[in-house]
Amino acid sequence: MKRAGFDNIWLPVALLLPQLMIIAIFFYWPAAWALQSSFFLQDPFGFGSTFVGADNYTSLLGNNQYKRIAWFTIVFSVLVTFFSLAIALLLAVKADKVIRGAKTYRTLLMWVYAIAPPVAGFLGILFFDQSTGPMTKFFQSFGWDFKLGVDYNATATAMVIAAVWKQIPVNFIFFLSGLQSIPRSVREAAMIDNRSATGRFWQVTFPLLAPTAFFLLIINITYALFDTFGIIDALMKGEPGNNPMTLVYKVYLDGFRGNDLGGSSAQSVVLMVLVLVLTVFQFRLVERRIHYT
Amino acid sequence: MAQVNLEGIIKVYPNGHQAVETTNFNIQDGEFVVLVGPSGCGKSTLLRMIAGLEDITEGTLKIGNRVVNDVDPADRDIAMVFQNYALYPHMTVRKNIGYGLKNRGMPAAEIDAKVQDAAKMLNLTEYLDRKPAQLSGGQRQRVAMGRAVVRDPALFLFDEPLSNLDAKLRNQMRIEIKALQRRLGTTAVYVTHDQVEAMTMADRIIVLSEGRIEQIGTPSEIYHNPASIFVASFMGAPPMNLIEAQADQGQVRINGYDGLMPAPKSVIGPVTLGIRPEDIELDSRGSVPFRVDILEELGAHRLLHGAVGGQPFTVMVGKDHSARIGETHITLKPDALRLFDVETGKVL
Ligand SMILES: Nc1ncnc2c1ncn2[C@@H]1O[C@H](COP(=O)(O)OP(=O)(O)OP(=O)(O)O)[C@@H](O)[C@H]1O
Ligand SMILES: [Mg+2]
Repeated sequence: MKRAGFDNIWLPVALLLPQLMIIAIFFYWPAAWALQSSFFLQDPFGFGSTFVGADNYTSLLGNNQYKRIAWFTIVFSVLVTFFSLAIALLLAVKADKVIRGAKTYRTLLMWVYAIAPPVAGFLGILFFDQSTGPMTKFFQSFGWDFKLGVDYNATATAMVIAAVWKQIPVNFIFFLSGLQSIPRSVREAAMIDNRSATGRFWQVTFPLLAPTAFFLLIINITYALFDTFGIIDALMKGEPGNNPMTLVYKVYLDGFRGNDLGGSSAQSVVLMVLVLVLTVFQFRLVERRIHYT
Repeated sequence: MAQVNLEGIIKVYPNGHQAVETTNFNIQDGEFVVLVGPSGCGKSTLLRMIAGLEDITEGTLKIGNRVVNDVDPADRDIAMVFQNYALYPHMTVRKNIGYGLKNRGMPAAEIDAKVQDAAKMLNLTEYLDRKPAQLSGGQRQRVAMGRAVVRDPALFLFDEPLSNLDAKLRNQMRIEIKALQRRLGTTAVYVTHDQVEAMTMADRIIVLSEGRIEQIGTPSEIYHNPASIFVASFMGAPPMNLIEAQADQGQVRINGYDGLMPAPKSVIGPVTLGIRPEDIELDSRGSVPFRVDILEELGAHRLLHGAVGGQPFTVMVGKDHSARIGETHITLKPDALRLFDVETGKVL
C-alpha cells in the first residue's frame, strides 16, 4: 500500500490542532481541575479553599448514603443493561424473521433513539403519572400503590423502565444488523443439522452475534452509568428527597445544589477511574475479539 | 439410501413469482441426478424444496416412500452441501463435521470415531482443530463434504458446490465427489449450471428452463438426442450447430445452399437442422461448401468457425487435420442430423 506523506511537519500539526484543543479544553482541563479540587475544601460562598489532603475521599468511604447510592447504581446498571439487551435481542430475532431487508420497521423503532433523555424522562412522567399514567394503573392493578417521586421503589422501577425503554432501539438496530449479516446458508445448514430452533439459536446464531453483544454490553453499561442523568432528573422532578439516584446524579447534586465542590470532585474522580477501567476492559475485549470469516 | 419422487411439484414464491412449474420425476435408489440449466431457471428452488428449506406450493414429495412435504429439514434424512460451504465459523473443523451427529444424540465417542473416519477419507485429519477461516477454499469444500458424508444420510443434495473453486481444483473435486458417491451408494441430487459437471457426473441429467423440465436422460441421450433446440444449444461446448433448412419428403435443403441431403424424418416445410461440430468432416470432395473464417486451436482438436449457406457454423477437427482459413467442403454424417420444429423448438 502506498503511504501518503507530508513534506512539512507543521501542516499536519495545524490540521490536528483544533481537535486537540477541543479535547484539551473540554476534557483534560476539567479532569485536571476536578482532580485538583478533590483535595481541597471549598468555602461555601466561593471565597477560598483549604487543602485537606485525601479527606474528601475518606469521608466518601465512610458515608452510608454514598454507599447506598453506589449500591443502587450497580443494581440499576445491571437491570438496565440486562433488560435493554435481552428485550432488544428478542425483538431483533422476531423482526429478523419477518423483515429480511425491509427498512420501515427499523426506522420506526429507531425513532425512540432520537428522543433526548430529558424528553424520555418527561414521557416517563406521563406514563407514570399519579392519576392518569397507564403504567401507574398497570402497577395498581397488582395492588401496588405506585407513587412516582414519593415511594423509593416506585421511582426506582420507573427509572429502570424509562432507561430500558430509551436504550432498546440502539441495541435492537445493532442486534438486527448483526443477525442479518449471518449468511442465510449457515442458518440453513443448521436447520438440517439441528431440529431444535432454540438449540440452533444458542449454538449457532448467538455465538455469531457475540462480537456485537460484547460491544453492546460495554455501551449499555456506560449508558446506564452516565447517560441516564436526564431520565433520572426528570423522574425525580428535581426533588431528591427519599428518591433513588445514581452516582453521576449525586456528583451534580453535591457540586451544584450542595456547593460541596471538593466532595463532588472526589466523586467524579472515582467515576473517572471507573470509566478508565471500563475502557481498558473494552480494549482488551476488542483486541481478543475473534474475527470470523 | 432412498428413492425420491416428485409428483406435480409447483413452487410459487410469496411475491407471486412462479419459479417451478408442474414437475414430475423419480430418482432411483443410489442414482446421481444432475439438475442443470441457465441462471434463474429454478434449479436451486427445486433442490431447496427437496431439502425442506422452501415450502412446496403444490404437489407431493416423497423421500424413500415417505411423504415429506411437512417434515422438518432435520428429519428428512438428507445432507446438503452449499455453494459457499456454509460452515459454522465459530466451530473447529471437528465440531463442524460432528454437529449434526451431536444433535441426533449420538454418544461422544462414536461421534469422534465417525469424524475421524470422514476426515481421513477427505484428507482433513491434520486440520481438525482449525477454524474454517484458517482453511483454503478447497479445504473448506472438503469440510462441507465431510459434514454431509459423516451423517450417512439417505440423500445428498448439492447446490453448485464447486463453483467457488478454481478450474483445476474443480476438476479434481468433481472426480472425488463422484467417486465418493459411488462408494457410499447414496442417492444424490446435484445442481449446477456447468454442463461439463453435468455430463461427467450424472447418471441422469435433468435439463431445466424457466421452471420447466426440458429433458430427462442419460448424459449420452441428452448430448446426442436433445429433445429441443434449447437442450441442443445449452449442452455441449461448442454447442450443436443449428441452421435454417427446408425439409421435403425425406430430403432436406440448407437455406442458402441448393444441395439436398437425406433427412432423418419425413416432414415438409421449414425446419431447424442440428448437427454437432464433431459429426462433420472436412472433405475437399464433400458436397457442402464451407467457408472458414476463424481457426481456434485447442490443442487436442481445432474449431473452425465459419458459415454454411451464409449461416454461422462450427466444425471440430482433430489435431492432425490440416485446416486453413478460406473455402473448403464438408460432409455431414447423415445419422447425426437432427431436425427441430421451427415453431415449438421440439425435436421432430
Ligand atoms: N425468495 C424468493 N422470492 C421470490 N422469487 C425468488 C426467490 N428465490 C428465487 N426467486 C426467483 O425464482 C427463480 C428461480 O430461482 P433459483 O434460485 O431457483 O434459480 P437457479 O436456477 O438456482 O439460478 P442460479 O443458477 O443463478 O443459482 C428466479 O427467477 C428467482 O429470481
Ligand atoms: Mg441457484
